[in-house]
Amino acid sequence: MSQRSIDHSATEDEREGPLRVLPVEGEPEPDLTALGLKDQDLRELYRLMALTRRADLEATALQRQGELAVYPPLIGQEAAQVGSAFALEESDWIFPSYREMGAAVVRGIDLVEYLHFYRATWHGGTYDSNAHRFGMVSVPVGSQILHAVGYAMGAKLDGISLCSLVYFGDGATSEGDFHEGCNFAAVFRSPVVFFCQNNQWAISVPLSAQTVAPIWRKAEAYGFPGVQVDGNDVLAVYRATREAAIRARDEGLPTLIEAVTYRIGPHSTADDATRYRSEEEVARWRSKDPVERYRGWLIRSDRADQEFFDGVEEEAGEFAARMRAGVIASRPRPVEELFEWVYAELPETLRRQRDEALEFARRNGRDGSEAEHA
Amino acid sequence: MPEVTMVKALNEALRDSLSEDDRALILGEDVGKLGGVFRVTDGLQAEFGPDRVFDTPLAEAAIAGVSVGLCMAGWHPVSEMQFDGFSYPALDQVISHVAKYRYRSRGRQPMPLVIRIPYSGGYGGAEHHNDSPEAYYAHTAGLKVVTPSTAVDAYHLLREAIADPDPVVFFEPKSRYWSKEDGELADGHDDAAPIGKARILRSGTDCTIVAYGAMVAKALAAAEEAAQDDVDLEVLDLRSLVPLDVEALAGSVRKTGRAIVVHEAPMTAGFGAEIAARIMEDAFDFLEAPVLRVTGYDTPYPPATIESHYLPNAERILAAVDRVVNY
Repeated sequence: MSQRSIDHSATEDEREGPLRVLPVEGEPEPDLTALGLKDQDLRELYRLMALTRRADLEATALQRQGELAVYPPLIGQEAAQVGSAFALEESDWIFPSYREMGAAVVRGIDLVEYLHFYRATWHGGTYDSNAHRFGMVSVPVGSQILHAVGYAMGAKLDGISLCSLVYFGDGATSEGDFHEGCNFAAVFRSPVVFFCQNNQWAISVPLSAQTVAPIWRKAEAYGFPGVQVDGNDVLAVYRATREAAIRARDEGLPTLIEAVTYRIGPHSTADDATRYRSEEEVARWRSKDPVERYRGWLIRSDRADQEFFDGVEEEAGEFAARMRAGVIASRPRPVEELFEWVYAELPETLRRQRDEALEFARRNGRDGSEAEHA
Repeated sequence: MPEVTMVKALNEALRDSLSEDDRALILGEDVGKLGGVFRVTDGLQAEFGPDRVFDTPLAEAAIAGVSVGLCMAGWHPVSEMQFDGFSYPALDQVISHVAKYRYRSRGRQPMPLVIRIPYSGGYGGAEHHNDSPEAYYAHTAGLKVVTPSTAVDAYHLLREAIADPDPVVFFEPKSRYWSKEDGELADGHDDAAPIGKARILRSGTDCTIVAYGAMVAKALAAAEEAAQDDVDLEVLDLRSLVPLDVEALAGSVRKTGRAIVVHEAPMTAGFGAEIAARIMEDAFDFLEAPVLRVTGYDTPYPPATIESHYLPNAERILAAVDRVVNY
């Protein structure tokens, strides 16, 4: 087990590699009591990853069948998402970007409500962010980082002990919002966990063309710890996040976690990844599948039996089927909602536009009846 | 009546709002100990403490972006962009998140924040310190956009903006910051300046001069001159660009039959085009002449030593009045 932190020299870091907890065959068992994980937690982590995997594949299929407008697959990043979200307290906030359905699964969000964003039935999804402490889907790359920092600042002003964890990708570290967010969090000692899923690709641009310095080391410039973790090792992700969350809540010290993982799928269902990367590279990472890797360890270490895996498999199938049925049954929102919630009260100029849209909808028989089943 | 400046009025409004609303807080560059480069927040950090009034690092996108997070945590941030020309880094956060949050959250998460922007020129400012970017914001659904022309209006409008459940971009005309005015800054809310209501500052019969911010004073000066030639101008101070008081606008033009819009921002795609179109839609049958615009030119804001050629003034307004009255 090793941990990269800003206290270590670069040479040492190069030798040590990212934080890893899951042993490869033949290595000794990690000290799990230090992680605070019981056997049932270890099985729950697998269950959440398996549900995520099935839901993600189902969502991709739904897009191919025309039921979703677009979908950004997360396959390959299950450990990074589930391990980090699972390490938080329920009172902590999660600020996702647009590829974090795995974290949504951990928070128990209805995936039909989540997928409204990708069915183009409502921006941001229709789940209640405040109830789940899980922000709306946020597309402008890196922009949600600042919301996480602001929320953490606000909670700290209220003397509430919590942290906010924000997900973003390797590409987002090039955005100004990333830099400004890290700097603000450091200056205000805001309880934030900056969780970068370095999945190696920002659409077609590889990490090497994105940035030169290792992502986790950028933390040093802001004056807080940076940790590089094997993002396909769910226990390592869990450990790094848990430690960062505790530092955030107890000391007001932010942490930048770089979870090294891989986007097995295309950027989104609209992308053709064969245009910019090799089959060999994808195959290499497929062999490091985070779900299979964890499953192998659970079996080897005798923490789960076939009955458990069969049960999870069955549950995941039902989970995905329910999601599919819910997505297909959902209808576009009624035309009235085009004008709802733009302002607390509808201004006169907008009221006129609303009347016009409703009149055209009535005339064309599209007066909102289609939302009856939604 | 006591004499007040707009800076003093804004300072009082912030003080009264922070006293009344314990979730209101102020953030921005140099707003703390210094009291802002224009002293609008003078003394507030000393009075309310560094948790309620605090300096931020020099990063406008973050000032707007963390304000979103602060709203989610139940605060009512009043953030300051130090100058118009420095507000642009924050546009992504303002357009993509501040303006859309209530909508995309289906009303669950309002954005009760105010972004104060000292704007416009006419005071000898350096480059990037004189812009009038109101049209960018007015074009963005979900934002309210207001700008006072007087100290008393500044007080009430800012009080209303801070209490408003929607995000308000609050433009402060710098050239009016230090102009003195007789007036009372009554503590508390007032019907004097509700957001969305224009005000007729001078009643007239021959032509409506539609203005806002710093240009209202120019319009009033033009009206005084015109009166000497027996031309009776009405001056309508919009105060609120979004929501726009279309009733007041159309009502005035129906009475006078003529309209000239004055703003400091460049002409093309400026807010004057919006006003002209609204007049066409709601008062076309009453028009005796085309609606004209007297605006800044379609150039970058010029150096201070030649800004007088750029800025609308009474002379340029009166030239337009001549055209519409003799049309």
